[in-house]
Amino acid sequence: MRSQRWISAGFALLAGLFGLPALAQDSLLNVSYDPTRELYREVNAAFAKQWKARTGRDLTVNQSHGGSGKQARAVLDGLEADVVTLALAYDVEALVQGGLVAKEWRRRLPGNSCPYTSTIVFLVRRGNPKGIRDWDDLARPGVAVITPNPKTSGGARWNYLAAWGYALQKPGGGPEKARAFVAALLANVPVLDTGARGATTTFAERGLGDVLVAWENEALLLTKEAGAGKFEIVRPSRSILAEPPVAVVDVVARKRGTTALARAYLEFLYTDEGQALAAKHHYRPRSEAVAARYAADFPKMALFTVDELFGGWAQAQRTHFDDGGVFDQLIEGR
Amino acid sequence: MSRHRLVRVALTAAALAFLGLFLALPLAAVFAKALERGAGAYADALRDPDARAAVRLTLATAAVAVPLNTLFGLCAAWAAAKFEFRGKRLLMTCMDLPFSVSPVVSGLLFVLLFGARGLFGPYLAAHGVKVLYAFPAIVLATLFVTVPFVARELIPLMEAQGTEEEEAAVTLGASGWQTLWRVTLPNVKWGLLYGVILCNARAMGEFGAVSVVSGHIRGQTTTLPLHVEILYNEYQPVAAFAAASLLALLALVTLALKALVEWKSGETARATRRPA
Repeated sequence: MRSQRWISAGFALLAGLFGLPALAQDSLLNVSYDPTRELYREVNAAFAKQWKARTGRDLTVNQSHGGSGKQARAVLDGLEADVVTLALAYDVEALVQGGLVAKEWRRRLPGNSCPYTSTIVFLVRRGNPKGIRDWDDLARPGVAVITPNPKTSGGARWNYLAAWGYALQKPGGGPEKARAFVAALLANVPVLDTGARGATTTFAERGLGDVLVAWENEALLLTKEAGAGKFEIVRPSRSILAEPPVAVVDVVARKRGTTALARAYLEFLYTDEGQALAAKHHYRPRSEAVAARYAADFPKMALFTVDELFGGWAQAQRTHFDDGGVFDQLIEGR
Repeated sequence: MSRHRLVRVALTAAALAFLGLFLALPLAAVFAKALERGAGAYADALRDPDARAAVRLTLATAAVAVPLNTLFGLCAAWAAAKFEFRGKRLLMTCMDLPFSVSPVVSGLLFVLLFGARGLFGPYLAAHGVKVLYAFPAIVLATLFVTVPFVARELIPLMEAQGTEEEEAAVTLGASGWQTLWRVTLPNVKWGLLYGVILCNARAMGEFGAVSVVSGHIRGQTTTLPLHVEILYNEYQPVAAFAAASLLALLALVTLALKALVEWKSGETARATRRPA
């Protein structure tokens, strides 16, 4: 079609006028969730160096961060991510449903396509003034708990399921007990932020709440860097194994001709260098050797998985977080 | 008499205290925080490539949105103030829509139109045109939220001036363009300038609608307000407030220009009223 060629020529001209980068350079867009900002800044620089050494080509990895569910939706709405690195498998499944990611994505990379893991811990103010020791203390009257909204935040869904799983597995526990426990915990939440970072800011900078339920990586970041000396980490007796997955967005990568590059980028996360960067930024590495070097940061904890207790993400999502699900019922009953 | 004075002084003091507390103090805090680690850190924050890209994108967005809305505002105000026609009320109401709609909804509107699952999304994608999560959507969202500024400023002014001068010009044989350039525009120039200043301030400062359509790709689709949020969320308060201080400066320049325009327009009004 002639007219189409004219239109694309026009857009090419416009692109030239606006000074978009020339095509001699490789580029990749990684759409990620909230707390990975510091991690991927370093990963991107390290991988670009390696890519340059291997292929002689310059590489720019662009980043976009936000609540995991929101980010998945943006990719569905047309944000051209070559790879997604999200907070939970369910958000990648949404991209499978949308036809953007191949069904077998979880089997393409080791460890269910999760190069690093984390868990859910508590962050309290110095000296632990409210004496928080375990999950039960979060449901006590007079304790203000900060956790983001599970509707928009991946971290919040992990928080919620960790609390539920604890009450389920506790001696004498069960589904009814778990429901009552999570209801009591939610009643102690003064605000539900949309993302994990927002909740951290609410707790750390605005000074709201007695305890922040957070990613272990976020809690370590805060105690070691941004808020050193002001906070303490409390590890509950039992928590959830959080597995943040990574995947190539097949349709976008094919269209942009970046499939090989995108794969190499994700595989880099599994190399010693990538694993060390993950551990440095407070994610539990999969590699035993690297984990051993950072053992002090990651004490052994009793962890359960979503598959074990909730029958996988699809079912957990349907039961708890879909409209009219258990979370909605508990929030309305507050 | 003295009681009146007391009330007046009390009210003025209250207004000034309110302004100080809610405007001057936060503004000072922004600059204090930005310069907390000295001028070097401040300059570094603004020299950062992502910050520079954000400034460029913000300027480019305003450079497209403000002239278009000025043109539209003039047309709409001209039509609404100088002519009677069916649907005039509807036009006026529609023009105010961006004021009454939450910016987030304005942003979602464009996702519904241009998203991959939206009305025009699949067609645009098939032809390789990117609107959403790119420069065009940021401009469109900014255009949408800044539509009312120029027109709202001009309509009351044009209505107050009436149509006599234009009618006189036409009677004396002026063409439509001549009437516009020599009669209408000179009469409203200060109001127009004021509208443009306000429109520009909002175009550069808009957060909500742009946030929804931007995709937050740093260095590419983050405008200055979005850049501030990113830095703040990354525990870089100094850099965040340095970028915020640029926006605050913009606000101060806007205020200064506004004062100047008001003073100038007052002067011309007095000059025209003075008997020859």
